[in-house]
Amino acid sequence: MTGAGRRPGVLGAAWVGLPLLAILLAAAVVAAISIGSTGIAWGTVVRVLGARALPHGWIDLRDVSEAEQVIIWLIRLPRVVVAALVGAALAVAGTQMQGLFRNPLAEPSVIGISQGAALGAVAAFVSGLAAAAVFWLPLFAFAGALAALVTVYTIATSAGRTPVATLLLAGIALGSLATAIATLLISMSVVNWQVANEVVFWLMGGLDNRTWAHVWICLPPVAVGAVAARWHTRDLDLLLLGEETAASLGVDVERVRRTILATAALLTGAAVAVSGVIGFVGLIVPHMLRLALGPSNRILLPAAMLGGAFFLVVCDLLARTIHPPTEIRLGIITAACGAPFFLYLLRRQRGGFGAL
Amino acid sequence: MSLRLEQASLRIGARHLVRDVTIEVLPARITALIGPNGAGKSTALRLLAGLWSPTGGRASLDGTGLSRLPRRLLARRISFVPQETRIDVPFTVQELVMMGRHPHLGRFDAPGPADAAAVAAAMSRADVAHLTDRPVTELSGGERRRAVIARSLATGSHVILLDEPTANLDVDHVIETLTLLRELAAGGATIALALHDLNIVARWADAVGVLDGGRLQAVGPPGAVLDDDLVASVFGVQVERLTARDGRSTLVFHRRRAG
Repeated sequence: MTGAGRRPGVLGAAWVGLPLLAILLAAAVVAAISIGSTGIAWGTVVRVLGARALPHGWIDLRDVSEAEQVIIWLIRLPRVVVAALVGAALAVAGTQMQGLFRNPLAEPSVIGISQGAALGAVAAFVSGLAAAAVFWLPLFAFAGALAALVTVYTIATSAGRTPVATLLLAGIALGSLATAIATLLISMSVVNWQVANEVVFWLMGGLDNRTWAHVWICLPPVAVGAVAARWHTRDLDLLLLGEETAASLGVDVERVRRTILATAALLTGAAVAVSGVIGFVGLIVPHMLRLALGPSNRILLPAAMLGGAFFLVVCDLLARTIHPPTEIRLGIITAACGAPFFLYLLRRQRGGFGAL
Repeated sequence: MSLRLEQASLRIGARHLVRDVTIEVLPARITALIGPNGAGKSTALRLLAGLWSPTGGRASLDGTGLSRLPRRLLARRISFVPQETRIDVPFTVQELVMMGRHPHLGRFDAPGPADAAAVAAAMSRADVAHLTDRPVTELSGGERRRAVIARSLATGSHVILLDEPTANLDVDHVIETLTLLRELAAGGATIALALHDLNIVARWADAVGVLDGGRLQAVGPPGAVLDDDLVASVFGVQVERLTARDGRSTLVFHRRRAG
């Protein structure tokens, strides 16, 4: 879609869009903490969070029960923070992939990166390393993501061009292969039923029982990835104009492309390490935001962080509350929102970004 | 600033796209590279732009080898306007032209007043100021080419290289584009174009280099270079010269007949 005439300039989009997304995210965080098997008034949530942020004694918490404080601080908040980090990571990785491949359908799970990360994670579980030390799982997930990305990219690129069809087909093939190997590993490990059970459940993608430990696992790579993404903001804009044009304007195309790919793999690996496979976040969120705010990555990347965080916090809230006490797996919720949207985009796409 | 190719060759596999080309592109003039399809015009232009490195010989800007200049510095000195200016992404014209400031901006810098001024000046120079907030995806071919030329002006480079700048343009836009290049050259800019329209070359270029099969066949002012024999041997056509109202000749091409 290209609406006739003007669209909001960069400044308008930044002044209205980013604060709006920040407010939505804050509201979603409070809602996600207050809603659950034990309801907590949102005012209490705000006060408990505020009491931690502000100097001691500014907010009186004597009327808030110990149980409520524990639920807020040790059960619901870490889960919400992990959801926000994972959503932000996936949306930023999606934005980068779409820019790099100059295609609005590119996304970590569509081109096999998430499956690669999942394979890495499964290997960490099955080998027992995941239980031995916390860093093995994210490390394996990151390595799997990177390996998948490099493979798909190398296969799909010839003479400096990366045709969409080849990219998607290579991604599908490699994604299936990674999933097959992961399944093989799981089936070989059924002797240890508990491990297999854990892995299968984990693969569906979910944030149940996430703690502050999970926050600390994914926060550093997400922070590094966010800075790296910001570092290449303008390069990504220029790459959208074609590699030759980018090169003529001073972009070291090969180096930038490798860095951006590694960043996307790092972010995806970090997300998969703490949440399992959660698809479509990286597809829908940047897409919607691009329609609303325009293609300039200077706005789009921070917007994707906020929007991705918001989207996943809301999806996780739905996963917990649609059918209590059973939790629906988060990956199922995002796929249920994302797959129809993806099909809709395929239908209406007529020529790359121009069709947006 | 002048650009120079010395015995420059580009070989891909066993095939030479250009071979032993020596040509100098001087400031304050329009230099045209011409030749039939596949003659190596675009390749030679990319060697001059520093987008590709010669596999033999050398490309230099005021005596300094292009491969020794950092990429960002090169982008501030030399700008390149590709033949294909189709852009799929709905950046506004302003955003597109601002990208010309990329080589001047640090990693985390926001464009400042100096950048805004350079962009505004470039847009009015290329006559796209009225299109500021329009998405480039909605522009006509002529408008889009002018927007891309504005981007190259915004880089502040004194050397502007254009690959087939008049391809797919209506005649009035052809004249507009060439008039702009003429003015830029008059202001001291170094302009080089790859072109295939001999009449445009004859009328607008100050110097012309004729390529055929990757080799430079002739170089000099168009009046001297574009003689009947050269056109016949390079393009395989016979030339008839008609005199236009302004007294300059216009070429008409005929299929070559025996004798």
